[in-house]
Amino acid sequence: MAHDNSYTGQKFEVVGNRFLRPDGIDKVTGKARYGADANAPGQLVGLVLRSPHAHAKIKKIDTSKAEKLPGVKAVITSDDLPDLTGGNAGNAHILENCMARGRALYDGHAVAAVAAVDRQTARQALKLIKVSYQKLPHVTDVDEAMAPDAPVIHDWCFTAGLEEKPTKPSNIANRTQMGHGDVDAGFAAADVIIEKSYKTEQTHQGYIEPHACLASVNPDGTSELWVTTQGPFSYRSVCAALLGLDIAKLKVTSSEIGGGFGGKTHVWTEPLALALSRKANRPVKLVMTRDEVFRATGPTASTSVDVKIGATRKGKITAATLELRYQGGAFPGPWAMLACMTGFACYNIENQRSVGWDVIVNRPKVAAYRAPSAPMAAYAVESTMDLVADAIGMDAVDFRLKNVAKEGTQAPYGPIYGPIGIEAALKAVKKHPHMKSRLKKGQGRGVACGFWFNIGGQTCVDLNIGTDGTVNLAVGTVDVGGARSSLAMIAAEELGVGYDDVKVHVADTSSLGHNDTTEGSRGTFSSGMAAIFAARDAIEVLKGRAAKMLDVPVEDIVWEHGEARATGKGHGNLPKLSLKEIAAKSPNTGGPIAGHNEVVADGAGMGFAAHICDLEVDQETGHTEILRYTVVQDAGKAINPDYVEGQFQGAAAQGIGWALNEEYIYGKDGRLQNPGFLDYRIPVCSDLPFIDTKILEIPNPTHPYGIRGVGETSIVPPLGAIGNAIANATGVRMNHVPMSPVRVLDALDQAAQYEEQVSAG
Amino acid sequence: MSDAVLVSTKVNGDVVEFACPTDEVLMDSLRDRAGMNGVKEGCGTGDCGACSVTLDGQLVCSCLVLGVEANGREIGTVEGLTEDGKLHPLQEKFIEHAALQCGICTPGFLVAAKALLDNNANPTETEIRYALAGNLCRCTGYDKIVRAVQATAKDLRKSKKR
Repeated sequence: MAHDNSYTGQKFEVVGNRFLRPDGIDKVTGKARYGADANAPGQLVGLVLRSPHAHAKIKKIDTSKAEKLPGVKAVITSDDLPDLTGGNAGNAHILENCMARGRALYDGHAVAAVAAVDRQTARQALKLIKVSYQKLPHVTDVDEAMAPDAPVIHDWCFTAGLEEKPTKPSNIANRTQMGHGDVDAGFAAADVIIEKSYKTEQTHQGYIEPHACLASVNPDGTSELWVTTQGPFSYRSVCAALLGLDIAKLKVTSSEIGGGFGGKTHVWTEPLALALSRKANRPVKLVMTRDEVFRATGPTASTSVDVKIGATRKGKITAATLELRYQGGAFPGPWAMLACMTGFACYNIENQRSVGWDVIVNRPKVAAYRAPSAPMAAYAVESTMDLVADAIGMDAVDFRLKNVAKEGTQAPYGPIYGPIGIEAALKAVKKHPHMKSRLKKGQGRGVACGFWFNIGGQTCVDLNIGTDGTVNLAVGTVDVGGARSSLAMIAAEELGVGYDDVKVHVADTSSLGHNDTTEGSRGTFSSGMAAIFAARDAIEVLKGRAAKMLDVPVEDIVWEHGEARATGKGHGNLPKLSLKEIAAKSPNTGGPIAGHNEVVADGAGMGFAAHICDLEVDQETGHTEILRYTVVQDAGKAINPDYVEGQFQGAAAQGIGWALNEEYIYGKDGRLQNPGFLDYRIPVCSDLPFIDTKILEIPNPTHPYGIRGVGETSIVPPLGAIGNAIANATGVRMNHVPMSPVRVLDALDQAAQYEEQVSAG
Repeated sequence: MSDAVLVSTKVNGDVVEFACPTDEVLMDSLRDRAGMNGVKEGCGTGDCGACSVTLDGQLVCSCLVLGVEANGREIGTVEGLTEDGKLHPLQEKFIEHAALQCGICTPGFLVAAKALLDNNANPTETEIRYALAGNLCRCTGYDKIVRAVQATAKDLRKSKKR
């Protein structure tokens, strides 16, 4: 049945309340089963051997001694993973990333794997594998990788997107350009032009649960994969393609997921676990160590960005350009393109151009990280916005408001915005008590904006009503932040039953049609839409059954507040029938009652946020303390405000860590020097204040409940907000993230030296 | 496993015995041999606190303790917080305050928060934040976790007064 996805402004009874999460009890009692918590009869322990070199030719791998060790059941190298990708470059890169093929491309790149009866034996076996490497020149910095004399990592890489195809390979995979208007004319009309360059270092999603899976391949080709993933259906299709398995015969079950943030949207060791299981003919459990997670799973891009913004003295931006250099690790990625699309998205800029360069370096293959690519571009833009406002003597928030994007503004990537929330967010910031609170000497306040698209995509749900009137909703989006609660609320709202009457579960790939990966803040938007439509289908069935029970034509039945009622002449005395009453009679009125929906959920609503940050910089140590933090973001409609706030707070905390501390540190040898939580320091409880939130609800016109995605947007503003606050606290503009104590101290020292020179000279 | 040692320990009050390789950490013994899968591995290096347990009442990262060290001692895990089928007040408040999202760090936070409240019935916000600074959470920004611990402490103080 075709359904209309338009927003109708219906009044809600269930939606908007703060219900307790249904997975809460399992998670507070230790019963919840994550990736590493499944076991199978006869299971083996899998471990992976990784390259210690940033770039090296693999001359020989001798596995004979490991194979002979008692208890070792399988050893694999790339020889056990023949290339079946048939010209699909994306899959070929994934295959090579899962296991090196003749060349190790980064420190941590897998070169072999073993399966043995226990952990001790598997560890011993890894030590017995002898790999002969020939070291090759490497490059890990994005700017150095673009230099003409940089070692070229792939001889097949000719820059795409140039007018003329280059004659020589390089590390630049792709050039993207977008924008509109006449940039030169725009700058000519400007009274003030600020041009500045910024760098951001590489960060990791830092989910607390390492990647873990349990793989089992049978001799007849039927296979099962239990895995911590955001995308069981995508894992199924990619693993099947890489290993030559039948898609529908591979059942992927997503475990409870211990954080993903984009990092569990791609396969890493799962194909290796399946290959080991196939070779050993036994189930294989493979759990990554934290060291492996840092060295060999997708961090975000490190970047180098140039911004130029011109404005009139009255505060109107006349032109703006961005040049974005993003490294995607050892393989090409879409990362600079995404940066081009998002950099100026918060503003109405008539003349703008963004140019992106996707660059290959000897680092792990970059994966999505919460609003991927947007925070770094926003850092550069938001820092420069403050500089322009300062140069023309205008309040930084007023300057943003004067140029803010609205309904009708053209996005950097082309489309015209519908109703969006950035103007409302900035106005809410202006009015917020936080902005009126006094700062002490040495403290500073910063404001910044952020944008993320949000997506929809392929979605499929099943809704089954039991004879007692309780409801099972099977969904294919993974619950990464409270989705089971919000989806139960949506189904309850539609059917007119209680929240506790609906049980949502995340189905495996054999039980439901394809669902796109839970990414792009699509879970509640798309599965919520499908749940509404499935419930409406079920209501049609319920109406039919009620008509039978009351012996009236189905056209005379209406559904109101969870009840069927007969309307029309002569039906006035007929009783209303509740969902429970109809369900109880279902065995005799036509059997089980169900609704189903499959949909490509179009019309995801864009997400906008504005943040306020107060901080203090210790002039002696360079340490920055966050004193107060406020997030304002448009949710479209907050289904369960508790979990919307949770997304805002968690995203802001990740952004704060990124801004102040987190970075991949590579040595001259190209090896990662801090692959652990001690030296890669994410924020701890004592680093942060309470994070205030304000939820705005500007309905998305293309969702029945007005929902926009909420998960990602708020990781975008913190880098800029903190940079701006540090500038306001110290007078020093930081142009390198993280703004760690050592970088802040350096910047303070340089500023002091400059002042001395000025006063002396 | 030729180097295995017989370990006899108490986990949440129950006697548990197992043969333990001498290089096996307590976290793995608890997960693989005692069935306590609420003990989570986040880092294996004592930096994340997801494997927090109590050893003779002392809060430890079980990834930094050898399994054989548990011999003759008493271990408390998240599985032991529930008494007579009733959730511990901390467990209730964590759910009520939405203090968990993915939940992988939750067992460690609960064990660490209980250790705090056992020693300090009226902690300040700062004391809570420092007591929990050895437990990493990547989802929540800690806001709702701190609020849940504050609310539990308040309730526990009230119930003691009665």
